[in-house]
Amino acid sequence: MIAEAGLAALWLAGALSLLGLFLSIAHVRGKLEADRTVRALAIIQGFLCLFAFAMLLLVFARTDLSVALVAENSHSAKPFIYKVAGAWGNHEGSMLLWVTVLGLSGAALAALSHRLPSRTLIAALGAQAALALGFHAFLLFASNPFARLNPPAPEGRGLNPLLQDPGLAFHPPTLYLGYVGLSVAFSLAVGAMLAGEVDRHLARAMRPWVLGAWIFLTLGITAGSYWAYYELGWGGWWFWDPVENASLMPWLAATALLHSVAVLSARNALKAWTMMLAVIAFSMSMVGTFLVRSGILTSVHSFAVDPLRGSFILALLAIYVTAAFLLFAVRARTLREGAPFEPVSREAGIVANNLLLTVILGVVFIGTLYPLLIEAVTGEKLSVGAPYFNAVAGPLAILLGILLAVGPLLSWRRENRPVLRKVALPALCGATALVIAFLAIPQANVLAKCGLALATGLIPAAVIPLIGRNPLRTPLATWGMAVAHLGAAIAVAGMAADTAFTTEKLTAAKPGETIEVGPWTVEFAGVTPAVGANWTAVEAELRATRGSGVHVLKPQTRFFTDPPTETNEAAIDTLLNGQLYTVVGKSDAEGRWQLRLWWKPLVTLIWLGGALIGLGGFLALAGHARRSWRRWRAG
Amino acid sequence: MIGRPKHQRLVLVSLALLAVLGAVLLAMWGLKDRAAYFYTPADVVAGKAGAGKSMRLGGMVERGSVKRGADGVTTRFIVEDGDGRVPVTYRGILPDLFREGSGVVAEGKLVADRSFVADNILAKHDERYMPPELGNQAAEHKAGQTLRK
Repeated sequence: MIAEAGLAALWLAGALSLLGLFLSIAHVRGKLEADRTVRALAIIQGFLCLFAFAMLLLVFARTDLSVALVAENSHSAKPFIYKVAGAWGNHEGSMLLWVTVLGLSGAALAALSHRLPSRTLIAALGAQAALALGFHAFLLFASNPFARLNPPAPEGRGLNPLLQDPGLAFHPPTLYLGYVGLSVAFSLAVGAMLAGEVDRHLARAMRPWVLGAWIFLTLGITAGSYWAYYELGWGGWWFWDPVENASLMPWLAATALLHSVAVLSARNALKAWTMMLAVIAFSMSMVGTFLVRSGILTSVHSFAVDPLRGSFILALLAIYVTAAFLLFAVRARTLREGAPFEPVSREAGIVANNLLLTVILGVVFIGTLYPLLIEAVTGEKLSVGAPYFNAVAGPLAILLGILLAVGPLLSWRRENRPVLRKVALPALCGATALVIAFLAIPQANVLAKCGLALATGLIPAAVIPLIGRNPLRTPLATWGMAVAHLGAAIAVAGMAADTAFTTEKLTAAKPGETIEVGPWTVEFAGVTPAVGANWTAVEAELRATRGSGVHVLKPQTRFFTDPPTETNEAAIDTLLNGQLYTVVGKSDAEGRWQLRLWWKPLVTLIWLGGALIGLGGFLALAGHARRSWRRWRAG
Repeated sequence: MIGRPKHQRLVLVSLALLAVLGAVLLAMWGLKDRAAYFYTPADVVAGKAGAGKSMRLGGMVERGSVKRGADGVTTRFIVEDGDGRVPVTYRGILPDLFREGSGVVAEGKLVADRSFVADNILAKHDERYMPPELGNQAAEHKAGQTLRK
């Protein structure tokens, strides 16, 4: 019954989005006064999705093996938290989560936006309903999460052990809130273009949504990076894997959008460009969904073998993107640009930021899709990985970083004060660090040296906008900007430091032997068996010291039974100035065990930086909330 | 840039077009010699793969060919596909599902004597996840079987 209730809620939600779409069209064309009805429908539709999702959680929590999805992806002997989180660790469940977030975004837009003109809002809700309709159809016709098994399976097939990790509970929902939250920016842009009301009021209404989605994307990517880092046991934090790129592309577009929305709301300029970015950002979310959910990454061939899901998403993507771009092409000419601006000003800096982010987005997009294209056209197989992305996107990111140091130091409208004086300190710090880097660490790669120098200049540059201000009177948005930019500087420092200073040791050792890695002396004490809820393991004991105090690390090789799989559990010791990362491999006939050790100075700064970027966004969002609250109280 | 809004708009549009064009040119330049092509042992034996270029080699791990070196961390094995055999050297911890007689994709470079030095070994993670090229081979294999029936 639970599964049927969920399915019924999904059908009903789909029907309501169809109704909402028709009513909003009628309202926008002036045939019908349906403002309140469309809003109410959007809210009800969101809650129905939430209800369906809750039903899915329930069947997973109860391990109802008569539901096909549970039987395929869960197991009665699994720890409870992974039973629940396993609900979105598979295709159908994660698509239901996607649709739920889409529905809730529409509901939130309907409930919280009071300051937009009615036509714009209702048109936006119509666009949101159109999106919901397509993805509901996908769920119901191509990915039904509630399909029954008759007879029920005696036991579930279990969850991929790589997914049995707290990361699963946090990472996909966060990422989806970001991915799909961008749908609101898309719908608002479409709504405003339809209603012909693209102005600073729209930007002010759009900004908190972009900000919210962007915060979740940032945190989701950061968490995903750390998850891959400790779970895969490869010591890397970014692999330029297509699945990672699928989340990076919407982030790049959303970052550009976040900045151009600021220009639109402050200066009433960049109208067409901002609308374009809003469309592109959510299009990138859909491209990412297509890449991850169609099976095309496994191979173009397997996509062709089971084409329903892939073609379905591709068709939805094509319809929505084409429609939005057509609308843009028709309406962009009618948008009147606002006041012109000077070549040296905050807004010009943001234009440059947007152009660079667009170029980075372009090269990541092409690099990610190129192998698919080549295989589809010529049948030749190839992969594009770190060598391409680092060589092409790396220097652009450094340029973007330099801009990030200079931009916030410029004033809106026209820079009257001498610019050079303001950028002197950061420039001096950066240049000094660059010289030191080239002299002191000649062996490090150029990108890492530039990254270190950039971070050294960026840290003071990020803080300067706060200096000389009363901290309590500084707007939260300014705090947010400074904290987010500081976060970017810190993340860059971590990436560059990890690239430049990491030492690695790969060896086979007998118990009792010691290994040197970086400043550490590590004694291999031996291996012991270990056991967990649904796994057994071989656990190595390593005693690491660098002068004073002993740190004990226990990396494992785990054996899961359902399904039978082996995984490596790295043991990581986090210290103030870096992480010691250890992995145990196989043993050989002479009683030696393979050990792989890394000393990674300052690597934690990468994720600390990511978290700070998110915190900066949160501060800016809190500023919005405070203003809305005050306005609301003032009536 | 200073001047009438219309003029400025033209400048902005051209800048945006330039950015997109720049991205395409940059990507093409980057892809020219940084894309790693996928080769089978048969391709390597036939001399299709050039030495010193990053590439992927995919096939089956020949039974009885896996040997561990004296240092305990270097592994030598042979990747074959029925039409060719290529010796592979890998220094590192092998993935959990690396087995004799099962599929593997090695990332690395071909050296002068037509042996392959791998920096990275991808093997089947579980029943459902496969590296793209292996998945492809399996799919083609299946398709072939279906045809023969």
